[in-house]
Amino acid sequence: MQHDDVIWDIIGNQQFCSFKVKTKSQSFCRNEYNLTGLCNRSSCPLANSQYATIREEKGQCFLYMKVIERAAFPSKMWEKVKLSKNYEKALEQIDENLIYWPRFIRHKCKQRFTKITQYLIRMRKLVLKRQRKLVPLSRKVEQREKRKEEKALIAAQLDNAIEKELLERLKQGTYGDIYNFPVHAFDKALEQQDEESESESEEEEEEEDEEEEEEVMNNTHIVSQRLHTVNQEFISGRLCLQDVGKREFVAEEEVEESDLSDFEDMNKLRTSSDEEEEDEEESSEEEEEEEEEMEVEMKASKSKGKSPANGSVVRKKRAYVEIEYEQETEPTSKSRTTS
Amino acid sequence: IQDNKGKKKKNKKPKKKETVSEKGNGEGSGAEQKEEAKAEKSEAATAFPPTFSVSEIKNKQRRHLMFMKLKQEKRQQKMQLKKKKKKEREALGDKAPPKEVPKTIENQRVYDETTVDPEDEEVAFDEGTDEFSAYFNGLTNPKVLITTSDRPRGRTVRFCEQLATVIPNAHVYYRRGLALKRIIPQCVARNFTYLMVINEDRKVPNGMVLCHLPDGPTAHFKMSSVRLRKEMKRRGKDPTEHSPEVILNNFTTRLGHSIGRLLAALFPQDPQFVGRQVATFHNQRDFIFFRFHRYIFKNEKKVGIQELGPRFTLKLRSLQKGTFDSKFGEYEWVLKRHEMDACRRKFQL
Repeated sequence: MQHDDVIWDIIGNQQFCSFKVKTKSQSFCRNEYNLTGLCNRSSCPLANSQYATIREEKGQCFLYMKVIERAAFPSKMWEKVKLSKNYEKALEQIDENLIYWPRFIRHKCKQRFTKITQYLIRMRKLVLKRQRKLVPLSRKVEQREKRKEEKALIAAQLDNAIEKELLERLKQGTYGDIYNFPVHAFDKALEQQDEESESESEEEEEEEDEEEEEEVMNNTHIVSQRLHTVNQEFISGRLCLQDVGKREFVAEEEVEESDLSDFEDMNKLRTSSDEEEEDEEESSEEEEEEEEEMEVEMKASKSKGKSPANGSVVRKKRAYVEIEYEQETEPTSKSRTTS
Repeated sequence: IQDNKGKKKKNKKPKKKETVSEKGNGEGSGAEQKEEAKAEKSEAATAFPPTFSVSEIKNKQRRHLMFMKLKQEKRQQKMQLKKKKKKEREALGDKAPPKEVPKTIENQRVYDETTVDPEDEEVAFDEGTDEFSAYFNGLTNPKVLITTSDRPRGRTVRFCEQLATVIPNAHVYYRRGLALKRIIPQCVARNFTYLMVINEDRKVPNGMVLCHLPDGPTAHFKMSSVRLRKEMKRRGKDPTEHSPEVILNNFTTRLGHSIGRLLAALFPQDPQFVGRQVATFHNQRDFIFFRFHRYIFKNEKKVGIQELGPRFTLKLRSLQKGTFDSKFGEYEWVLKRHEMDACRRKFQL
């Protein structure tokens, strides 16, 4: 004899039910034959002798009905009815099988069947769409690759490689006439061959170059100004009859000492689009910069002028005292006068 | 032999004892170890001295001290050798033998038979008629579509935006769960030449699919160490709209050549030197490093470069012949880790 109330009294309220999952607001029933999934007096499969559910297996839906006469044989207690794949026909089947059953169970069965068919349809649609493929990573392999990459980066010496490539391109002339450096190389080459005969022609060329540069270097104010000052120094050097070799020092050091200021300048460098707006600001800045540069150059020229000549002897300019030793030659002269 | 004995028995604390025992040569000393060692040595005096490795000493401090001493000795010997060599070299002057070149992985690289000879006619013919010939002959202008995998996170989105500023004529489109095979015909219809898909994993871009559009090859790369613009040190301002120059380094083999052409065709053929921007793809040991710089020539022997723009490294995973088709496509080259990573000195690109 099945006493539903007694069973519910025990498992539902007072004592333990192993299918019951309690949360703060609600309790759920984990029994696989449960119709709604909640733990209620009307939805508990154990506490109701007249009970039915819908379950699906591999895309096929079945109506399970509890036959309470076989309560002694739990494995044979549930009767299975295969429902048709057609939605309406299946609903009719449910109605047919559960005729004269309580309204609650019939309604909930149909609801559950609807939900199941809906999610089966969605599953079939998803399979046709793009699937996400999960590729497992092996940590060892990833670490190895990471190390190899680091070593390759160090071996690559990217900055040097890029600089070399750019300089090669400059030499080959891919940049055409944008940069006027090739003229300087030309000058140096000429100097090495003949100093006097070609110096005059070089002066003329330089003067011409100045004009050209001012025209061509429209985009980069500062660079053109710097070249301008460089050329001025060349000319002034010539007029002062300085040694031709020193020209090299002046050129290189003037550009070397401003490594950092170069990048600051590069940040200030405007492309042609922004240039027009900020001409006035730039000009005042440039004047200040030039004055500073000239001062720094003077100091730099003094200090650097010594280092190449002396080589490794004088590296740092520390305070030192120059001592000159003189030898007196008086005794010999006296002897001459007397004799 | 006696010198060796003395050095090995030295220890900081009981020095005096040991010096006595040295001279005594077998007479009463402190530790048993020393006696045993002495006994061994006295027995094997005629034969070659037995190898006494530092690791046999059980006491950690003493072992450490011995090891340090050993290292010092070795260093000293090395320095002496170096000095000798230097003296000899100076003495000989011009006749000195040339300096020995140290072995590097690049030096020891296994000769790859697919290395391209600059004058190879077959390769030249291939390159004249392959899918990039249209670009290299100046017929098409590159137009790049950049997109991501589903639901990209902030980092990937920003990276795509920065890439779009670096590559001229690039457009970023949000992928809304569309299938690539369906996007491709639409892109072809709108005259795109490149489709670039940045794959994302755990909020970080980690892969790139680069597909040349009118039926061109598809390359799948693994992307690593992605640095966005704000994470770069000492960077310059944002890149301008000028088309950059392209530098491709070290793409030697036939496969490397095709990848190089694939990457080069991303950028327009005529770079604007006014902009002074250069994009570099440098291949080193099968890793392709991408950098974007602005350069300035200080004089004809010096150039300054300043990095702007994102940087990342790529490693080729597969090269497929047609447009993107992972199941039925014809793969020209696939990275097979077991075969290809077995030898440290063998590289594919």
